[in-house]
Amino acid sequence: MSVAWVQDLGAIALGFVSDLGRFGGFTAHLARVTFAPPLRLRAFVDEVYKLGVLSIIIITVCGLAVGMVLGLQGYNTLARFGATNSLGAVVGLSLIRELGPVLTALLATGRAGSATAAEIGTMVATEQLDGLRMMSVDPVHYVVMPRTYAMIVVMPLLSAMFIVMGLFGGYLVGAGLMGVDGGAYLSSIESSIDFYDDVLGSLLKALVFGVLVGLIATYRGYTSAPTSAGVSASTTSTVVVGSVTILLVDYVITALWGV
Amino acid sequence: MRRSPVRDFLVGCFVLVGIAAIAYLSLRVGGLASGPPGGFTVYATFDEIGGLKPRAAVVVSGVKVGQVKSIALDKTYRARVEMDLDPHVQLPVDTSASIVTSGVLGDRYIQLQLGGDPELVKNGEEVGFTESAVILERMIGKFIHNVGVDKGEKTDKKEESP
Repeated sequence: MSVAWVQDLGAIALGFVSDLGRFGGFTAHLARVTFAPPLRLRAFVDEVYKLGVLSIIIITVCGLAVGMVLGLQGYNTLARFGATNSLGAVVGLSLIRELGPVLTALLATGRAGSATAAEIGTMVATEQLDGLRMMSVDPVHYVVMPRTYAMIVVMPLLSAMFIVMGLFGGYLVGAGLMGVDGGAYLSSIESSIDFYDDVLGSLLKALVFGVLVGLIATYRGYTSAPTSAGVSASTTSTVVVGSVTILLVDYVITALWGV
Repeated sequence: MRRSPVRDFLVGCFVLVGIAAIAYLSLRVGGLASGPPGGFTVYATFDEIGGLKPRAAVVVSGVKVGQVKSIALDKTYRARVEMDLDPHVQLPVDTSASIVTSGVLGDRYIQLQLGGDPELVKNGEEVGFTESAVILERMIGKFIHNVGVDKGEKTDKKEESP
């Protein structure tokens, strides 16, 4: 009778908890240097360009496709009950409350989070961060901070674009293809969606996901092993951990605040 | 970090488009700026409002003139509905408010049937008459009950229709 598996379990649990602790320390470090001068605005704008502007195409195309699928599926389901005039409510509510923020965050994790982790991981591997430390420049301030805050700012904007494109996609399929009255589609959206309950909640979700993805991607890159395998592992774990965290946190937010 | 005017311009456009999307969602879709101008508040008290919700439409002859602002119970446990109306609509005091449904399963909204009284409802006052929402299940229940009564004993029927 061996107890080795119990030891393994303990090691895994300890590793998880200490990783979580280092993540907390990293977050606290980032919060501490946030208002330390200089503000690194130029680097921030560059990161908004890389994480946001370069993600516009994937976000709009995916938003349009998701909206079109929702329009088609919603129409086919609603047609059974003869309630196709509520198509706008179905498409709008699912996009705004759930799919917009979540899918945008998942796409941004894959598109921008992985790139951020790989970039910082390569800096670790090529000892650029050590070089910064030698010059007494804090790498968290110089490298991490602009990227994290750019992700936080970019996420709600991308999510809103995703939702608007999705509503348009649903309109294309519903009104253009399936013959739902266009005015009924739009008025159904407008009458079923409330600013405080739905739109604010959607933006809050996107903001929380932005914080999570920004922190996870930079943390994974920052702590990656200084080898090519380490960079690859940190990129992979950004996408895996980021996606799982987004979906779990989404459930928690929905359950707690009913957004 | 080197400055790049094109990049800065694109970032500016990105932020503007994002804010425009948020504004569209908030103002048009979210209803912060939808519908006709409000400002004229009128109350109506109903026995039963069915599935009426805040932001439901208030119509006169099918034309939207305002929306439901809030719904609360009054002291006698009846539903007191606050409506925000276009101030240009002048309601006689014998106006009747009824809760109707668009289609069989559609949304509930309030229909105002204007009366003929020369006196007008003032801001913050209550309309004269109300007609409660029709609950489909209750009507079906009544119908089934009545059919059963018609077939059978006549003593029950007397009780049913006093």
